[in-house]
Amino acid sequence: MSLKRGSIAVVGAAESDLGQVAPNTSPVDLMAQATLRALDDCGLKLSDIDGIFAAATQVRTAPMNLAEYFGIKPRYFDGTAIGGSSFMCHVAHAQAAIEHGLCEVALIAYGSTQRSVSRAAASPREFNPYESPYRPFMPSSAYAMAASRHMHQYGTTREQLAEVAVAARKWGLLNPKAWEKEPLTIEEVLKARMVSYPFTVRDCCLVVDGGGAILLTSAARAKTLKKKPVYVLGVGEALSHTHISSMPDLTVTAAAESGPKAFKMAGLKPSDVKMLSLYDAFTITPILFLEDLGYCPKGEGGRFVANGAIAPGGKLAVNTSGGGLSYCHPGMYGLLVMIEAIRQVRGECDKRQVKNCDVALAHGNGGVLSSQCTVLFGSAATV
Amino acid sequence: MDLMKVSPYGTYLEHIRKGELAYQVSDGKAVFYPRVAAPKSGSPDLEWRVSKGLGTVYATTVVYYRNEAPLNVALIDLDEGFRMMSRVEDIDPLQVKIGMRVQVRMLPGDEKQPPYPVFTPAGGAK
Repeated sequence: MSLKRGSIAVVGAAESDLGQVAPNTSPVDLMAQATLRALDDCGLKLSDIDGIFAAATQVRTAPMNLAEYFGIKPRYFDGTAIGGSSFMCHVAHAQAAIEHGLCEVALIAYGSTQRSVSRAAASPREFNPYESPYRPFMPSSAYAMAASRHMHQYGTTREQLAEVAVAARKWGLLNPKAWEKEPLTIEEVLKARMVSYPFTVRDCCLVVDGGGAILLTSAARAKTLKKKPVYVLGVGEALSHTHISSMPDLTVTAAAESGPKAFKMAGLKPSDVKMLSLYDAFTITPILFLEDLGYCPKGEGGRFVANGAIAPGGKLAVNTSGGGLSYCHPGMYGLLVMIEAIRQVRGECDKRQVKNCDVALAHGNGGVLSSQCTVLFGSAATV
Repeated sequence: MDLMKVSPYGTYLEHIRKGELAYQVSDGKAVFYPRVAAPKSGSPDLEWRVSKGLGTVYATTVVYYRNEAPLNVALIDLDEGFRMMSRVEDIDPLQVKIGMRVQVRMLPGDEKQPPYPVFTPAGGAK
């Protein structure tokens, strides 16, 4: 038995407050705030929610905490925690649950106060006797080693990596909610403080507070609600490894598995997608995902993004929110990756709106290129 | 493996204390990190072997912690067919290059950190 294209839809989507929230705000406060906004977005009530999906590094039992906070007893709950892609997996799992009648209205929520409490406190690294003694600055050093390998094998340059950050900044300047407000040049990326070679701080995602929530229900019920439904056309999930020293090939991610699964389910091909929301934890990640999701041959990602190709006005609209590099990165950013894709399909993106965006792809990455999950969203016209 | 008596990391560490970089082999394939079951087959028949300690840099980075000297972190492919994280010493961290041949060396560790293996340039090419 497999999931059915278009059987469920996103009906509500919202961010919590983003950036630097008030002292003593909890991650669950942010989940709850985003949930109320997502409910308001679609006209559903708290009591309509009967499925809770959540994950957070600061809240180990997130679905339980959120159920307690709201005083609801969900019929179905799932706390799959595989890093930043957890929420794309939650969409796939919610689809299975809704299709089988295990719940009808699924809430997916996330919150983090990592800027307020520090990243070290929000997301302490697990000790590994085979890696920790070498003091890699995780996760940056893992992605930096992937970049080193890509540069070695395919001639990718630091300037090409910087193009990803500059494109994100140009998009971010069109998004009033973006954390970064000033223009950025390739030169500035290269000359910024070095973090883990070849990455400067501008190759690395932001460290801010924030959260989000989306609500999904059956296609039939979605049609009765306030906003135009955004249908789930395809989902694909794949695990590769946990530790970077166990990743088989640092230049090939499991997006090469999750992407084709999602496209197959959706009956679509990469060229059908009008906008891509790709988890940009570091400048190397969109390059790897463009290759692994079928937008260019393996090794060509650096050359593909050059000359503003993924910036506003470029050949492919990628990370129109400004991404984790310029808009918001509250630790596990996957839910916000999806929210931008959902808004693009709805046509709510104002100055950064991609024309005729009937299909958008949201790709989540977790751990150190460890888990990869792809979701294809479509408008009513695509179902 | 009788986990009431020995553990995978404990056995690895015993070898390290003797100056040996140990790994496991199952069905002719090198396994690292050490485990109680071989990946894919699930076989508990894992034979311990000692590596010659020669390998090639697979990937590399240099970490810049504030107020510290730059620190190399690398992934090393050992000649016996397994990969591990380590550090290449006795060389400018930025000069550690992919493809470079390296030789293992044990660091003694201290009260908090048990002894652990690092690498130094070995010269030559594989």
